Amino acid sequence: MDRTDARGFDVRGLGLSYGAQRALDGVDLSARRGELVGVLGPNGSGKSTLVRILGGALAHYEGSAAFEGRELRDIPRRELARALGVVQQEPGFSFPFTALEIVLMGRHPHLAGTAFESPQDLEIARAALERCGAAAFAGRPIDELSSGERQRVVFARALAQQARFLLLDEPASFLDVRHQVGLYDVVREMVEDGGCGAITVLHDLNLAAEYCDRIYLLRGGRVEAAVTTEEVFTYANLKRVFDTEIYVERNSLTGRLLVSPLPGRVQRRLERE
Amino acid sequence: MTLVALAAALALCVLCGLVFGAGHVALSDVLGGPAAAASAGRAILLDVRLPRVLLAALLGGALTVAGVVFQALLRNPLADPYVLGVSGGASIGGVLALVVGLGAGGFGVPVAAFAGALAALMLIERVATVGGRLTVYTVLLTGAIFNAFSAALIYFLQSVASLEQLHSIVFYLMGRVPSLAGGTLAMLAAAVLATVAALAAMTGDYNALTLGEEGAHYLGVDVERVKRRTLVLGSLLTALAVSAAGMIGFIGLIVPHLLRLVLGPDNRLLVPAGFLGGAAFLVLADLLSRVVLAPNELPVGVVTALIGGPFFLYLLRTRSGVHGPD
Repeated sequence: MDRTDARGFDVRGLGLSYGAQRALDGVDLSARRGELVGVLGPNGSGKSTLVRILGGALAHYEGSAAFEGRELRDIPRRELARALGVVQQEPGFSFPFTALEIVLMGRHPHLAGTAFESPQDLEIARAALERCGAAAFAGRPIDELSSGERQRVVFARALAQQARFLLLDEPASFLDVRHQVGLYDVVREMVEDGGCGAITVLHDLNLAAEYCDRIYLLRGGRVEAAVTTEEVFTYANLKRVFDTEIYVERNSLTGRLLVSPLPGRVQRRLERE
Repeated sequence: MTLVALAAALALCVLCGLVFGAGHVALSDVLGGPAAAASAGRAILLDVRLPRVLLAALLGGALTVAGVVFQALLRNPLADPYVLGVSGGASIGGVLALVVGLGAGGFGVPVAAFAGALAALMLIERVATVGGRLTVYTVLLTGAIFNAFSAALIYFLQSVASLEQLHSIVFYLMGRVPSLAGGTLAMLAAAVLATVAALAAMTGDYNALTLGEEGAHYLGVDVERVKRRTLVLGSLLTALAVSAAGMIGFIGLIVPHLLRLVLGPDNRLLVPAGFLGGAAFLVLADLLSRVVLAPNELPVGVVTALIGGPFFLYLLRTRSGVHGPD
C-alpha cells in the first residue's frame, strides 16, 4: 500500500454551530486506511455532528475537513458515496422494503440512473447479508424486524456499498453481545484484510478498548484526549471526560484494558473512605 | 410481467369505455367498413367517447404517478396529489372563472385553474423554503393550511354565485372528464407524458429516500434537487389534471397503495405501473359515471370516492401490507 492509498480523513480546526449552540469546536482528527479509529464521549459531546460532517451531510462547517486530500464540500456526493459507507444511528424506514432490498440500495451510487441491479449486485448484497448473519431474514420487510436485526441490515447495506472507508455511528447499540462482537470482527477484517479505514462512534468502552487502534475522547465539542487506546483509557482521562468514577483493570486473556462503571453507592463509599 | 398485465387491463378498460355508454353503439358501426362510415354510432364513438376515454386514461395515470412520487418524497403513505395545496389554487382559479362567467365551454376555466395551481405552488414553495432548503413538514403544513383557506374562499364564491353557476361549480369541484378536441388532447398528452418521464428518471432516488433524507444523501442522492424537482413536476401533473377535469379525488391515494400491495414498494416499478393502473381505474370510473344514472351523468369524483373509500378501508382491515410511517 503506497502513501496515497493510506490516505483517509484529515481534519483541522473543525467547528460547527447549530444557531447559538456550539456543537464542535477546534477538532483535529485523522484516520488512515488500515486503522479503526474510535470516537467516544458523553451524550451531546458532538460525536454525531462529527459523523455528519465527515459523511458530507453538513457543508457549513468551519476549518478544514479533507477526505483523501480533497475538502469534503468539494467532492461530488455520488463520488463520495462510492468511497465512503455511512451507517447512521437510527434510520427510519418509510416503506416496507425487504431487508435484501435495503441492502441493495447500497449499490445505488454504483448504478446508472434508474437502472435495476444486476445479478452481480444481487450477489454482493447477499454476501453482505451473509457476512452480517442476516441472510435468514433477507426476504422479510424491514419494519417487521427487531431493532437489532435492523441494525445488522443497515450495516450490511454499508458493506454492499464496497466503499474504501466506513463511517459508523453507534452501529452496535441495539445488538446483543454475540452480534456486537460479530459486527466489530467484520469491521476489523475490513480494516486489516480489506484495506479499508473506519471511524466508529461507540459508547461501549470495552469494545473500544478491544477493537480500536486509536481513540478520540470528545467532550463539549472538543477533543479531550487522542492517542492509542492504552494512553487514552487512563482513570484520569475517563473521569474527566465522562464525569463519573470508572474502574480500570486489564483483561488477562487479551491483555487489553477493561473498564467498568461504578454504581453511585460505591462511588459515595469511596468518597467517604 | 405485471406491467404487461396492467397494460392489458388498461386496453380492456378502454375498449369497455368505448363500447358502453348512455347510448347504444355497436362495434360493427365502427369496424363495418365503408357502410358504417357515416353512421351516427361511429360519430359518437370517435368524436365523443374516444377523446373522453383517452383523457380519462391520461389523467388517471397522471394523478396516480403524482400520488406515488409525493408519497415517496414526503415519506408519508397518506400523501395524495392534492396534499400540497395545488388543488386549492386550481379550484379558486376555476371557480372564479365560472363565477365571472367564463364557464360556457372554451378555455376560460382550465386556463384559470392552471394559473391558480401554479400561483399556489409558487406561494407554497416560497413559504416553505427556509434557509435555501425545503422542509417536508413545512411543505405539508403550508399545503394543508392553503387548502383550508381556499375551501373557505370557495364557499364564499358559492354564496355569491347564481343558482345556475352553482350547479356548474359543484360539478367542477367533483370532477368531470370532458371530450376535448384532438389538438388540445394531444398537447395535454405530450405535457403529461414528458412530466411522467422526468419523474420516472428519479425513481431510484425515491427508493433511497426511504432511508431518510440524510440516508439518501449518504447514497449519493442530491436530496434538495430531487425534492424541488418532484414538488414542481408532481404539482404540474396535478395542475394539468385539475384544470382539465376538476378535482377527481382518491385515485392518487388508492391506486398507489393497491399497487404497493401487489408489487412491493420499489418506485422504479410503481411509477410505470401506477400510470397504467391509474389510467385503467379512471377510465372505468368515468364509464360508471356515464351509465349509472344514464342519461344523466354523475361527477366522476363521486364515483372514485364512493368506490375508493370503502375499498380502501377493506384493504386496511384485511391486508397487513398497508403500513403507516414509523
